[in-house]
Amino acid sequence: MENNNKKAWLYLLPAMLFLGVFMVYPLVDVFIYSFEEGYNSASQTFFGTGTYNYSYVLRDPYFLQALKNTFILVIITVPLSTLIALGISLGLSSVKAVRNLFQTIYFLPYVTNTLAVGLVFMILFEKTPYTDGFANLVLNIFGAGPIDFIDGPYAAKMFVLCFYTIWVVMPFKILILTSALASVNPDYYNAAQVDGTSKFRIFTKITLPMISPMVFYLVITGFIGAFKAYSDAVALFGTELNAAGMNTIVGYVYDMLYGNSGGYPSYASAAAIILFVIVLTVTNINLLISKKYVHYK
Amino acid sequence: MLKQTKKRKSGMPLICGENIRKAAVYFMLALWALMVLFPFYWMILTSLKGYGAYNSEYIPKLYTLSPTFENYEEAFSAVPLADYFVNTVIFTVLTTALMLAVIIPAAFAFSRLEFRGKNILFTLFLSLMMIPNELVIITNYVTVTNLDLRNTFTGLVLPSAMSVFYVYLLKENFSQIPDELYYAAKVDGTSDLKYLFKVMLPICKPTVITVTVLKVIECWNSYIWPRLVTDNSAYFLVSNGIQEIRENGFGRENIPAMMAAVVVISVPLIVIFLIFRKKIMEGVARGGTKG
Amino acid sequence: MKVVLQDLTKKFRARGKKDGSEVIAVNSFSFEIPDGKLVGLLGPSGCGKSTTLNLISGLLKPTSGKIFFGDDDVTELEPEKRGVGLVFQNYALYPHLTVFQNIIFPLQNLKGAQKLTKDEMREKAYKIASLVQIDELMDRKPSELSGGQQQRVAIARALVKMPKVLLLDEPLSNLDARLRLHTREEIKRIQKETGITTVFVTHDQEEAMSISDMIVVMKDGVIQQIGAPQQVYERPVNLFVAKFLGTPPINVFKGEIRDGGLYIGAQRVLEAESSFSGACFVGVRPEGFVPCDGGKLECDLSRVEIMGRDVSVVCANPSCTSPVIRAVISSDTSINACSEKVRFDLKPQKVHIFDSKNEIRIDADLK
Repeated sequence: MENNNKKAWLYLLPAMLFLGVFMVYPLVDVFIYSFEEGYNSASQTFFGTGTYNYSYVLRDPYFLQALKNTFILVIITVPLSTLIALGISLGLSSVKAVRNLFQTIYFLPYVTNTLAVGLVFMILFEKTPYTDGFANLVLNIFGAGPIDFIDGPYAAKMFVLCFYTIWVVMPFKILILTSALASVNPDYYNAAQVDGTSKFRIFTKITLPMISPMVFYLVITGFIGAFKAYSDAVALFGTELNAAGMNTIVGYVYDMLYGNSGGYPSYASAAAIILFVIVLTVTNINLLISKKYVHYK
Repeated sequence: MLKQTKKRKSGMPLICGENIRKAAVYFMLALWALMVLFPFYWMILTSLKGYGAYNSEYIPKLYTLSPTFENYEEAFSAVPLADYFVNTVIFTVLTTALMLAVIIPAAFAFSRLEFRGKNILFTLFLSLMMIPNELVIITNYVTVTNLDLRNTFTGLVLPSAMSVFYVYLLKENFSQIPDELYYAAKVDGTSDLKYLFKVMLPICKPTVITVTVLKVIECWNSYIWPRLVTDNSAYFLVSNGIQEIRENGFGRENIPAMMAAVVVISVPLIVIFLIFRKKIMEGVARGGTKG
Repeated sequence: MKVVLQDLTKKFRARGKKDGSEVIAVNSFSFEIPDGKLVGLLGPSGCGKSTTLNLISGLLKPTSGKIFFGDDDVTELEPEKRGVGLVFQNYALYPHLTVFQNIIFPLQNLKGAQKLTKDEMREKAYKIASLVQIDELMDRKPSELSGGQQQRVAIARALVKMPKVLLLDEPLSNLDARLRLHTREEIKRIQKETGITTVFVTHDQEEAMSISDMIVVMKDGVIQQIGAPQQVYERPVNLFVAKFLGTPPINVFKGEIRDGGLYIGAQRVLEAESSFSGACFVGVRPEGFVPCDGGKLECDLSRVEIMGRDVSVVCANPSCTSPVIRAVISSDTSINACSEKVRFDLKPQKVHIFDSKNEIRIDADLK
């Protein structure tokens, strides 16, 4: 037994070392940073401790802009992407022909580089002196005027950001919902059909309750993921997100840490902890709501 | 008799309705497939258009009659795309190999060995899965900077190598192997290490492959950490390279060359995906999230 | 190689209890397995028979007591150093290896002077494979084999390193009934040919009785009786052993010995000469009933089941501890299935008497 103890710890040692240095220690450290006032990364000194970093961040207009952008992004993309994914998954499970092909295509965005494809989206939506871009070509068909989605009005930029975010998160949601639908025992459907239940009623009374844990899982992970949005915004609007007015909370954290406005790990830590608190709160609210509506076997 | 005719009458439109519903479903599915594929089509299309031809299209054309590969030459010659590519391959291989070397023994210990404090330790491990990367990346950035590891592969790889989730995934799979196999091996005088390599890993090969491929995808697409710890373009990965190309590379206007670069860095993952399609989708369905 | 277990005790910490209370799985277990014999450990589930097997294999270490292989004390020896072959209930074949690779797996672990060349391994593997008759299947994967074939591979793998002791854990329970019959004869044949001391665990008394040279009946970690199968069947030392052996099971009545006679209810069924007198349990084997008109034991007839060779008479008696009495008689005895009563005489050698207080066998001369 003693021997076994030593051996087990030996096997675990590398993993523990990595976790200790790059996760546990940073986790403690980030809290300390966030309370150290006037930290200077060059001299590694600070003036005192307190909540000044938090009040600075919460008053910073760039942070408030990032907060607003992130919340809009979350509120639009999470419900919308879940609903569309549900529709597509239902469609997928009702067809047999070319189902595999569709599934493969739908999964493609998952394996592509967010930055790279973001660039394509930028080009599709951009309006430059040389071209109005593809998006405006489509708008033109409906008689709408050319809009610069990348460097134009706020609403247009937000639209592209949401559109791209949904495009990026869809593969995961479709995959999870398709496998959830496939795992519903067909006997339930057969039983319902024998009883003469209408399609709509089958969906609301059988399918939805059966897959509700998975839908709920997607909503929670969707909220968490959307609150941490950053790469998509960079891909569309470049690294100067504050200037574009399209920064996100995570973007704000990194900007505080590094880049032209960087060098403030204390502010970055405070912002990161604020983000963590928001995500934790929203997740807990989700959990509370789910207790009422989600049906677990 | 009357009943039967009535039935047939109402049956006809029902079949029609069924067909309409089916057509609508296919239309919706095809529409989304189009939405997914169109950006890919557009990037390949644009990458094949000549610089002059692209800029002369005020209204972009949906096809090209004179495809050219000059943009691909441009992508490799005007910016060090090949270097970014090699860097990413090195980074991906090192990180994935290191991760496997770390997580396999850990998963083995949790699934097979008995030791004091195992359950508590595993719970702690699992609770680390909930810690967002954003929270720890700040200190890691400071640590790596203080250790003078910026613009080195060591600085890039080390903080990216560990994944609690993959330890969990592998441990669950290891635990499904019946205990009897272990006892049988033990009675035959097999050491723990040999049992791990000769029996457990071969049996769990599908999961190991899944974990490996998911990590490769993650590495290939990683952007935030490399951006923080590299400012020397000699250490840029493809994501940072793309951002660099976009802001300083070909000049903002040479979009066809940019698209060529995008095609080049997207192809490897799409190929891997098409080879391991089933394993990747299974692995992701079991709880992988992007990034 | 003879195997001696001396005062073997194994305690486990009770699960789900924080007070550190213990469960005794095997309680001061002592017996000697003679060299080259086939011994069956028999008992209901949870009686400690698998624990005993794992103690012999070394996968578990006893809390106290000693284990000897021959004259060597192996109590503290790791399983790989004991030289035992182990066959598991679910066979535990490595699913990713072929039959051949499975069989040579133990040989590849040998080190130093024992190390074998590839050719030697091949030769040994084929020799053992032909013994268990699977030499045709060497390149298949376990998933391509039937249950019986997998079983043989598992036995071959256990035998290939010529173990001192072969241990089989419920070797037949995953096979269907017909295959079970065949395989148990195979095990007996293989054991005889190799002459390896073999211990196997089963909860199926018929299985144990049919092939063992010796059976050990266990209950709650304690040995109840050791002996040749027929001997244990004919002279069970207590009510538990009597009930556990035999199908259909023994019929138990509440009875009494007084005035030199054995009574069931008010009926004096046999003459009994014994130092004991008072309340007792009377166990009557199903084959111990002889239907005759003047029989001493009267029962209410429920039905007669004809099962080919035998006829099973199902009836009831208020003194019986179970609502149903099952008597097996040969089919040429005629029984009037329509009558309401049936009368039996009892064969004295098929009747066992146990003290109703401690359920221990009472020796009595019955006539």
